[in-house]
Amino acid sequence: MNGFLKSFFLALIAILAMSLASWAEAGEGLRGTGDLGVIIERATGSVKIIETSGRTVLHRVEGFGDLSHASVVYSRDERYAFIFGRDGGLSKLDILTGKIVKRVLQAGNSIGGAISQDGSLVAVSNYKPGGVKVFDSATLELVADIPAIGEDGTRSKTIGLVDAPGQKFVFSLYDSGETWIADFSQGRSPKITKFKNIGELPYDALITGDGHYYIAGLFGEDGLALLDLWQPEKGVRRILNGYGRGEKKLPVYKMPHLEGWAKAGNLLFLPAVGHHEVLIVDQRTWKEVGRIAVHGQPVFVVARPDGRQVWVNFAHPRNDTLQVIDVPSKKIIRTFQPGKAILHMEFTPRGEQIWVSVRDANRVDVYDTATFKRLTEIPAQKPSGIFLSARAHRTGL
Amino acid sequence: MKVLKALVIVSMISITSSALASAWSPSSERKAELYNLVVQDCGSCHGLTMRGGLGSALLPKDLQGKDIETLTEIVLDGVEGTPMPPWRSQFRDGEARWIVEQLKKGLPQ
Repeated sequence: MNGFLKSFFLALIAILAMSLASWAEAGEGLRGTGDLGVIIERATGSVKIIETSGRTVLHRVEGFGDLSHASVVYSRDERYAFIFGRDGGLSKLDILTGKIVKRVLQAGNSIGGAISQDGSLVAVSNYKPGGVKVFDSATLELVADIPAIGEDGTRSKTIGLVDAPGQKFVFSLYDSGETWIADFSQGRSPKITKFKNIGELPYDALITGDGHYYIAGLFGEDGLALLDLWQPEKGVRRILNGYGRGEKKLPVYKMPHLEGWAKAGNLLFLPAVGHHEVLIVDQRTWKEVGRIAVHGQPVFVVARPDGRQVWVNFAHPRNDTLQVIDVPSKKIIRTFQPGKAILHMEFTPRGEQIWVSVRDANRVDVYDTATFKRLTEIPAQKPSGIFLSARAHRTGL
Repeated sequence: MKVLKALVIVSMISITSSALASAWSPSSERKAELYNLVVQDCGSCHGLTMRGGLGSALLPKDLQGKDIETLTEIVLDGVEGTPMPPWRSQFRDGEARWIVEQLKKGLPQ
């Protein structure tokens, strides 16, 4: 090799090395996770990791088991998604790399989970064996096992598990009608406070975003059970008792979900079980202040983050429709028919987009919430829940 | 006219076959629809793999010893005091029974 060529190559290598160094310095190839999310593909035990800025799919990850009724919570750094499967599987997914970091089969049959206020504990709500198990979020090692043995002495399915301020988890016992608070503020053995006779068959629950109130929906009666977490000594009280009185309750082909419930100002928008109605409750008095006739039995009733719109999907067989309620006028301003089996909706953190899973069309649609224009569609196998990473910083999600 | 003729023949065949066979069977298209409904919608409570959830497990071993008539009635009329709804308005004659038979045999996984 002659001298000229040699120095040419050396120079080339030097330039390459310098540009590599500056590339790393500028953080090219790195990214944040604030605009990422997970779409559950319920039938194939897989998920899609998506990003909402360009609205694209980054990864598809398999190996999560039975994802019927799956849900997700996020680590406080928004990097890890904890995925709760029906088969008792708890998986920790790195949404940056698309790799399952850890997976445990912690029960026979589960319904969902929550992450503690400080992010150190992940709790799972189990049907079989009925109870709540709590894990270290870093290692997924078992920290506490809370069997849900109700007043009647039998083991109950647990539902409506949420995190509450003060390193607490709150959940309800489906079979025996109780609400329990598990307080982990003093360490790894929780202090349990039990509230009995909250009502018949609590099927799901919500916690207000400020962590102040826990509300369980009752399947066995027309009403909800309210617990003031700032004054738990006052006990659980019934609200909206007999909201469907005098009306024939329709067969319920899908249980409504209270998680992702809608709050707009002082008003709560809640699904009425067995009725084609959304109930409006004033949070200051806990009295019903109105109801809105809708297309079918509501499943999810969710408010856009600014509280100006409430979006509603419906139970089988009217599950091909989405409706949008304008909060100031309490009128339905839009009805869409995106396709069969709309299972879930998720807003981007500031509410400019909504992601909608259309199960039987194998598609997730993204809409602009101001113009109602469909921005894009993302193919997905039997999509159900959509969970964006911003949930990491919201109590109860 | 051709279509009408074909329809008449098909319905005659189905009438004859339903008279002859003990179990009525939905068309293959309807079967696919029902299969999707059982897995996806019943699956919301009973689990996509029928291993149970809020609703009871519906695997062949769980249904063993329970007769088809009783189970068909449960599908059609629901179970009072539980979230199991009556599906009568959703199924035509024979469809609920066909679903029960499939569950007893075990759904293809």
